[in-house]
Parts: sequence; C-alpha cells; structure tokens
Amino acid sequence: MEIPYTIHPRPDTGVYNAKLGVWLFLASEVMLFGALFSSYVLLRIGSDSWPHGYSILDWKIATFNTVVLISSSVTMVMSWASLMLKDFKKYKLYMGLTILCAFIFLAVKAFEYNTKFGHHLYPSTNTFLAIYFTITGLHGLHVIGGIFVNSYLWGPGSKMWKTQPERFTNRVEVAGLYWHFVDLVWIFLFPVLYLL
Amino acid sequence: MDASSPEAIKKQVRSYIVVFVALMGLTIVTVAVSTFHLSVAAAVIIALAVAIVKASLVAGVFMHLISEKKLIYATLALTAIFFIVLMILPTSHQLDPIVQ
Amino acid sequence: MGQKEKSAHVVTSAKKEHDKHESEHHELGFVRKYIFSQDHKVIGIQYGITSLLFLLFGFSLMMIMRWQLAYPGQEFPWKWLADFMGQANMPGGIMLPEFYNQLGAMHGTIMVFLGVVPLAVGAFGNYVVPLQIGTIDMAFPKLNMTSYWVYFLGGVTMLVSFAMPGGAANSGWTSYAPLSVIATTGQTVWLIGMVFLITSSLLGSINFIVTIIQLRVKGLTFMRLPFFVWAQFVTSFLLLLAFPPLEAAGVLQLMDRLAGTSFFLPSGLVVSGQPLAVSGGGSPLLWQHLFWFLAHPEVYVLILPAMGIVAEIIANNTRKPLWGYKSLVYSAIFLGFMSFIVWAHHMFLTGMGTTISTFFQTTTMIISIPSVIILTALLLSLWGGSIRFTTPMLFALAFLPMFAIGGLTGLPLGLAPPDIHLHDTYYVIGHFHYVVAPGTIFALFAGIYFWYPKVTGRKMNELLGKIHFWTSLVFINGVFMPMFIQGLAGVSRRLYDGGAQYAHAQGVLQWNEFMSTSAWLLGLAQIPFVINFFWSIRKGKKVEANHWDATTLDWACTTSPPLAHGNFKVVPEVHRGPYDYSHQGAQSDFLPQNQPGEA
Ligand code: HEM
Ligand SMILES: [Cu+2]
Repeated sequence: MEIPYTIHPRPDTGVYNAKLGVWLFLASEVMLFGALFSSYVLLRIGSDSWPHGYSILDWKIATFNTVVLISSSVTMVMSWASLMLKDFKKYKLYMGLTILCAFIFLAVKAFEYNTKFGHHLYPSTNTFLAIYFTITGLHGLHVIGGIFVNSYLWGPGSKMWKTQPERFTNRVEVAGLYWHFVDLVWIFLFPVLYLL
Repeated sequence: MDASSPEAIKKQVRSYIVVFVALMGLTIVTVAVSTFHLSVAAAVIIALAVAIVKASLVAGVFMHLISEKKLIYATLALTAIFFIVLMILPTSHQLDPIVQ
Repeated sequence: MGQKEKSAHVVTSAKKEHDKHESEHHELGFVRKYIFSQDHKVIGIQYGITSLLFLLFGFSLMMIMRWQLAYPGQEFPWKWLADFMGQANMPGGIMLPEFYNQLGAMHGTIMVFLGVVPLAVGAFGNYVVPLQIGTIDMAFPKLNMTSYWVYFLGGVTMLVSFAMPGGAANSGWTSYAPLSVIATTGQTVWLIGMVFLITSSLLGSINFIVTIIQLRVKGLTFMRLPFFVWAQFVTSFLLLLAFPPLEAAGVLQLMDRLAGTSFFLPSGLVVSGQPLAVSGGGSPLLWQHLFWFLAHPEVYVLILPAMGIVAEIIANNTRKPLWGYKSLVYSAIFLGFMSFIVWAHHMFLTGMGTTISTFFQTTTMIISIPSVIILTALLLSLWGGSIRFTTPMLFALAFLPMFAIGGLTGLPLGLAPPDIHLHDTYYVIGHFHYVVAPGTIFALFAGIYFWYPKVTGRKMNELLGKIHFWTSLVFINGVFMPMFIQGLAGVSRRLYDGGAQYAHAQGVLQWNEFMSTSAWLLGLAQIPFVINFFWSIRKGKKVEANHWDATTLDWACTTSPPLAHGNFKVVPEVHRGPYDYSHQGAQSDFLPQNQPGEA
C-alpha cells in the first residue's frame, strides 16, 4: 500500500500532499517574518529617533541585489515551465542560473556586512542595525536553505526526471514556491530597511 | 483549456516575462521616490504600496496564486488575519499607555 | 533462449522483484524499525515514552521544590539526593534561591513543552489520527521521524543546560526580559532548546494538517471525523501559526545575549548598581507580546487534544452519540480562532491603557463561551446513558469538573480589576494547574488506559487503575485547591520561601506543608500506574481487536495492535458518523463507521 496523493491531486481538494505541505510551511514563515516586522514597527515607534536607512546602509548595492533576487525568481519559474514543456536541458540551464543568482546575492550580502564591520557598525551599535543584521541574517539563512534544495534538484535529485517525471516536476514546483517566498520577503525588506 | 498543455505553459511564460519587466520597473520607482526624501509618513505609504504590488505580482503569477485551489486560499486567508493581528496589536499597546 | 525458458525467467525475475519489495517492507533492521522508524505507530510510541519520562522528571523537580516551600531553609532529608544536586546548589543540603529558580523555570518548561504537548499531540495524535481516518501512515513519514528526533534533541539540550555554569535557565518558563537577557548561560541553552522544540512542532503540525485534509479515507467527510481528529486538527493550526513568533522572539533574545543587541533592553538599565553597557532602546514588553502570542494559543494546545480524548471515551462508555457533535466541532474551531486575539490578558499590569485592555477583556470573555459549550455538551452526553465505569471513563469523568474549576477561575483573571489583585499570585498557579494537571493530564491518563489495548493487545489492570485514579484525584486536589486560598490572600508566585517573610501571608502559610505532603503522596499514587503499565505489557489480559466495542475506525477495523505495515487489511470505507451507538432497531448497540447500510 502506498500513501495516496503524493503525485496526483486529491480530487476534492485539488492539490497533492507536498503542495499543501509547502503552503502551510510558508504560512508559518509569514508569521515568523511577521513577528520580526512587528518588532521593527514597535521598536521604531517607541524610539526617540530613528535613522533613515539610506543614511547608514548602501541602497545602491541593495538595489543591485534586489534585481538579482527578482531575476532568480524568474529563472526559477522558467525552470519549472521548461519541465512542463518536457525540455530537461532548459530546466538545467534555468535552475543553474537560479543557483548562480543566489550565490551572487550572498556574496554581495557578505561584502555589505564586511563593509559595515569595517566601519565599526555592529548589531550592538544601535537598534536599527540590530534589526538590520538580524532580519537580513535570517533572510540570508533562508537563501542558503534554498541553495541546498535547488542544488539537490539540479544535481543528484534530477535523476528522478527519468523515472518519475511528474513527481520531479512537482518537486521543482514546490521548491519554487519556497524560493519565490524568499524573494517576496526581500521585496519588503529592501524598502523597509534601505529606503525609509 | 488544460492548464498544463504546452500552449498554456507557453502563454504563461510570456506572462512571466511581463511580470519580470514590471518588477524591475517598480524597483526603479521605489528607489527613485526614496531619493526625494519625502516625509516619513508619505515615504512609508508609497514604499509599502509599491512593495505590496510587487509582492502580489510574485505571489499571483510566479506562485500561481491567481489560479489556486480554495483550500490554499482558505489557509492563506487565515494566516493573513493573524498576520494583521500580529502587526497591529503589539504596537497599539505601545500607543495606549496607562500614563500619558 | 526457448520460449518456455524465457517465460520462466520472467517469472523468477518478477518473483525477485516481489521479494525485494517484501524485504523492503518487512525486513527492516532493528535501527530502522525501532529507532529511526518512519511508521507513525512506532513514532507515536517513541513520543509517548519520551514524554512520559519527561513528565516524571518535571514532576520530580516540583516535588523537590515543595520541600523548600513546606520547610524553608531546612536541610533536605535525603542526603544522597542533595549530594546529587551538588554543593553549588544545595550547600549542606539547604536549597539556594538560585537553584530554586532553576527548578521552577525548568519544571514549567519541561511539563509544557517536553511533557504534555508531545504526549497529547506527538504520541496520541501520531498513533491514533491515521488509524481513525483510515490511512496507512502520516502524509510525510520521513518528516514525522525528523520531528521526533528534533524534539528529542530539544529535550537533551534542556537537560544539558543543568550542567552549564550557573545551572539551567532560571527566569521562569516565561523567560521575561530583561531578567532573562542578563541571566546565566543556562538561558542561552534554553533558547537553543526552544528553537529545536519549535521546529519539531512546526514540522509535526504541517504533517498533521496535510494528513487530515488529504488522507481521509473514502466517505469520511469532515463532519464524520471523530472529535479527537478535529481537536488535533485545530491544535495543529495553533502550533503552525502561533509558534513562529516565539521562534522570532527566541532569535531576538539570542541576539541580545550573544551579539549584544538591545531588542528587549530599555535605555538606562541599571543592574546591581551598575549601568548596563548596552545601546538600549529596546522594549521588554515586546518579549511579552511575542511570548504570549504563542503561549496563550499554547494553553489551547494543551487542552484541545485532552477534550478530544475525553469526548471519545465518553461516547464510548455512555454507549450513545455525543450530545451536540456539531456544536463541539464549531466551538473547537472558534476557540482556536479566538485564542489568537486574547493573549494580552496576561499583560494587564504592564501599563496597558483602557482601550487595549477593554479589547482584550472582551475577547477573553468571548473565548470562555466555546469552552463552556464544549464542557456542557460533554456533560449532557452523560444524560440517560448506561455508563460503564471503566478506569478510562473515571479519568474522563473527573476531567469535567476539574476543567470546570480551572476554566471558571480563569474568568476573574480575564477582567482587569480583579486581575490587579490576583496577577502573579498563587491563584493564577491554581487556575492553570487545574486546567492542565487534573484536567489535561487526567485526560491523558484516560487516553493511556483507553488505547493501551490497541497498542499492546492487552488491557491494563482495572483494580490498579482504580486505585491510581481515586488516590490521584484526592491528592491532586490537595495540591491545588489551597493555592486559591493563598492566592486570594495575596501570596505571590515564585517565592523561594513560600511567603514566609511576608506579613500578609502568615495566615495562610500552614497550607504549604499540606500542599507539599499532598504532592508527595500524589507522587506515590503514581506507583500503581507505573507497575500496571509495565506489568500489563506482558501479563495484562489479552483482549480482542475491538475491546471497547467502539465505532471509530481505529477500533472497528484493525487488529490490536494494528498491522505493522499499512494498518488495515483492507482499506476501509466510511458510511456513517463517528458515534453511532444505540442505533434504533440495530442488531448490536454500536455500528462501526465502516458498516454499510442504514442499520
Ligand atoms: C476558560 C477560559 C480561560 C480564561 C478566561 C483564562 C484566563 C487567564 C488569564 C487572564 C490568565 C492570566 C492571569 C495573570 O497572569 O494575572 C491566565 C493564566 C494562565 N492560564 Fe488561563 N484562562 C482560561 C483557560 C485556560 C486553559 C484552558 C489553560 C491551559 C490548558 C490555561 C492556562 C493558563 C496558564 C498556563 C496561565 C499562566 C501563565 C503564567 O503566567 O505562567 N488557561 N488564564
Ligand atoms: Cu491566556
């Protein structure tokens, strides 16, 4: 006996197990980042003064990173679409690009952190920097998580395409949902931290 | 039309490109607005509005939320409610202290 | 190759394939079968055993604290135990205040996060839910295994924290800042432990929700689910959406402790006469908000599965359908929903203005309505039943008045004016212990006696069970009832000397010895249970598959214990609601859910 609906949707709910699972996971992630944003609002409103993000942080470099992350979201969804069109080569290409973008994002982030430390700006310096380092750090961990998942699907995991193409396509779709969410969080982080 | 037919997918791919361009445009808009150094309230409203539009594009098109199942919508609606609660109530406490 | 040979070859290779398949299923090594198992039943048992051990451990911490409360500053009578806890904690057998605080904080943490919730959700949920919905396993077996092991890791982390310099966490299970931020290293370990436990709960809750939505067997609509499954379903949503903010708070507190940030440290903080060298600008209330955003829903995580267990047992032992099944379900859903918007009733005394306070008082009064509906429905279910007073039923029956006391004493706490007097007193301790100890833990005992035959194929001894029940019932009330008296007199909680130094406490101090003695006797009262539990594994009376003549799928169409793989010989199909007892004109007094036809 097998666990049902691992590949095909259950007729009355219209989704397969993993898809529901990942959406539930993202729901919890919404609450996780929600709590951090809420903390940001509470601390900012409670403070006597709050710096403009652009006066401390480098918004130019962050704009670049925004472009990188949005691009990776597009390549991710293209990799899924390629599988739907049964074009495995294109899949490899787009997934590879997604992973590349993720690495670029992290490299830029590391450079940014390093510059801050170079100017003796640390999490302990003030509440703004504390929030900045904590939230972007946590977001960075999510990017790293995504790199692991996507690399697995690009490399060893992609063998499944030969044996169970539908299941593999589902996996890529689900990984994509997670990856877009990571992008989505950044879409809020960027203006909130760098531009306001 | 079957949403997983090659034609449908190709059509979707075109929409991905359109969304990509829109996201880039909106990124330029937020950055541009921030260089005017508007008042905090105005800046917050504009930045959040743009971010929400961008986020909706990602969620709606890349994450296929426009054509998702009811079950997913219900889950997300519940989450959205609690998210709003979480965003509003702690700060309201801060804004309503017992001593003025 | 001739035609014949070829086909013979095909047959053997098919057989080989088949054998391989078989061996994959049946010849798992010891490790895969019992340790890193992916079977929901084994994982359920693992959760059960681990959480029972933690309950015992947490209870022991409390019994040690009760010595200090009954006889403050006196030498501990058992020298070997005092020595075991170390000279640094109990010099000359006398407990230091710092150590008392560690015991208190860890008692709360262990009971809630490592004992009750893993037992109620991890053990009962894992074992029973897939059986009741007629499926072979949880939706994500590997994830299920991971949940257990991450929980285990969290537990080990918590235990290790006792060995830190300065001992374990000592800022209460609530870990209020700024105290917790400047506390000893044990607090850091506590936070790391919590991150593990939260992660485990999140993985588990995703698994439960997907399982219940996706794997229900044919014919099992939502309104035909046993109430226990409903309770687990709502519980999982609470865990899923309420825990992440505490995880965020945990990360922020870790940053405060390790990276020198000031999320929870206000400006101008002075510690031991020295200004604290931090940037300041943080908010201690932020911690309280994020903590209670989880911790209020958490109390419903503690109570809902208990209600589910009690509902199953009451329906089964009254031999009639539950009264108001639908109201039970809708109440549970409403309860779950409301539990997200009442949390700041724990914070009335934090300088909260009247507007916000009114909001939270109102929502708190509203949330008590579904609790009362559930209680009433369960109570009315007894009406006119020919009740079988089995051990599980006795525990389930006792749950009702005990939960009622706990719930009703919550109402004055939910209104700000009385709460000003009662906040942080023993009254609060009495309130929530009535809900979780003689409430939830009794329900969990009921569940253990009820499902034991399912898990082992044998029954626990009734006589020992009844001794366990009656003694526990008496002593547990002896522990908690006087807390209301002390609390109303104004005695604060978390006092190392039980109030001995306070003038207003003098009139009620004599209760301390009474409560402590009751607690120790309550400990002794668990011995029959422990004996019964182990003795019955081998020596208990063998029983048939559906020992209780129950209607739900877990009893009605599996063996006891269920098949190691696949649970069911044939996948069942459901034709009726969960509690079709005493059906008019039916042949037997119960109609299993998988029985076709009208009667
Ligand atoms: C039935 C309606 C209930 C109401 C109106 C209620 C109300 C309250 C209030 C207002 C407090 C805060 C008191 C204070 O700190 O001054 C409180 C504390 C508490 N309640 Fe309840 N409660 C209810 C049910 C429950 C249930 C079902 C549980 C658990 C299963 C529970 C567990 C707790 C715990 C653990 C605390 C104390 C937490 C702490 O400060 O350490 N309550 N309750
Ligand atoms: Cu509460």
